[in-house]
Amino acid sequence: MGTSLFYFLAFVALISALGVVFAKNPIHSVLFLILTFFAISGHYLLLNAQFLAAVNIIVYAGAIMVLFLFVIMFLNLNTDTEPHKPALAKVTAAVAGGLLLLVLIAALRNVTPVGADAATFDSQIGMVNRLGLVLYQQYLLPFELASVLFLVAMVGAVMLGKREEGERNF
Amino acid sequence: MEIPLLAWQGLVILAVFGITLLIATYSTYAERVVAAFLQDRVGPDRAGPFGLLQPLADAVKLFTKEEFFPSGANRWLFVFGPCLAMTTALMASAVIPFGNTLIFGDGTEIRLQAIEVNIGMLYVFGVVSLGVYGIMIGGWASNNKFSLLGAVRAAAQAVSYELAMGMALIALLMVTGTLSLREITLQQYNGLWNIVYQPLGFIIFCVCAFAETNRTPFDLPECETELVGGYHTEYSSMKMGLYLFAEYINVFVASAVMSTLYFGGFSFPGEHWVYNTLTQSQGELFAHNVVTILGTVTIFAKIFFFIFFFMWVRWTLPRFRYDQLMRLGWTMLFPIAILNILVTGACILFFGAKDPKIEAAKKPQTTETRTVVRG
Repeated sequence: MGTSLFYFLAFVALISALGVVFAKNPIHSVLFLILTFFAISGHYLLLNAQFLAAVNIIVYAGAIMVLFLFVIMFLNLNTDTEPHKPALAKVTAAVAGGLLLLVLIAALRNVTPVGADAATFDSQIGMVNRLGLVLYQQYLLPFELASVLFLVAMVGAVMLGKREEGERNF
Repeated sequence: MEIPLLAWQGLVILAVFGITLLIATYSTYAERVVAAFLQDRVGPDRAGPFGLLQPLADAVKLFTKEEFFPSGANRWLFVFGPCLAMTTALMASAVIPFGNTLIFGDGTEIRLQAIEVNIGMLYVFGVVSLGVYGIMIGGWASNNKFSLLGAVRAAAQAVSYELAMGMALIALLMVTGTLSLREITLQQYNGLWNIVYQPLGFIIFCVCAFAETNRTPFDLPECETELVGGYHTEYSSMKMGLYLFAEYINVFVASAVMSTLYFGGFSFPGEHWVYNTLTQSQGELFAHNVVTILGTVTIFAKIFFFIFFFMWVRWTLPRFRYDQLMRLGWTMLFPIAILNILVTGACILFFGAKDPKIEAAKKPQTTETRTVVRG
């Protein structure tokens, strides 16, 4: 059942990821992206990483995509108002995308999938307590550095959005 | 009695689903009765004895109204919006433990909980954070400026209050040391309720629960004095009904989560006394089952109290202005929630954790356990 579930989730993930790119309407793109996140969370569950699955839904689908949708609803993007993209931009995008594909293929060409050994596999590996212990003991410094990075980004956003002296918007 | 365990669990899932719908249905009746009581009116008394068939009459009315699609609306998403609101609302009650276990004579033990996951709290939080999509999609697809404004308000409000809610949950998590709702309840079974350890956290959580369920004083997305009807301006018939119904289900789920996390869930004062007395006279099995049933009655009593509390607040407080709402969320609740985390951490450091497992985790690990973690 695990295999068929994997294929189903992979199918959903790929189709909805294609939908993100090909959808004409940006709102549809966002909704397809949310569906992609759900399929990926399903993959996490299959890999026994429950915490990662839940956090993926909470952070990406629950918070970030809500903000995306929020902004896109405000912008009111239509096909009429969308500026015409020059041919040069299209060529550049195609070349950049092709290069990324090349790098990915080169990186993954020699990878051999390593299956988990049922005898030594630890089924608790993806549980919250285990993840917390690893994160706060083995990877404490990178974790703290990442949080400082977020703090810097947040302070920057507040600086940019701060009201100037005497300025009133409402 | 030869029913396999899976069938029993399926029965429990169906029962939880049915009870959720039933309670949401009668919440609409309760809302009218509470509103009538608080405003010194008579309230519903026409349909059936004491107006008890009022929800049925409402359903018939909603079903037989005209299905209306506004011009220029995105038809698929217009229908998808209410469906999504209803689905996400119904999903959350799956992990709430409505009671301990029932043990039958042949040793079969069934949990009075639809599914037990060890990330129950995160599951609820994730589902709640998805709830806003139904409103946003419906509001946008209506092709109406008032609907769109309601949808945008809902999004901003949900994201703002989720933060403080998550912070309140983190403080609770520090006390309990587990994300499983069942384990959190069982901890309170043998000790004090979490409200004693987290009074501030409960207040923050409660306010955020009001905001997340879009109940007054936080019902800005459907603020009729400014936005006609908010995100459901263009909705009619049962699609409208689904939105309203989803709100009552959300209220039920929020009440259930609050009673589980902070008020002991299915534990009640004196349960050990009941258990011991009945064990002496009737045997262990009987005592266990009686305590479980009493516990289920208790959690529903707590849930009903919170549903009443939601209604009481709705008919007492006026609505916030939108800038007041944002100021409350970002400059009051959020800093207080962070302060709550700091205070909780300090208390755990000074007085020791409530759960011995957290104490064990604080001690430096031996090399042996470390390799297990890596492997």
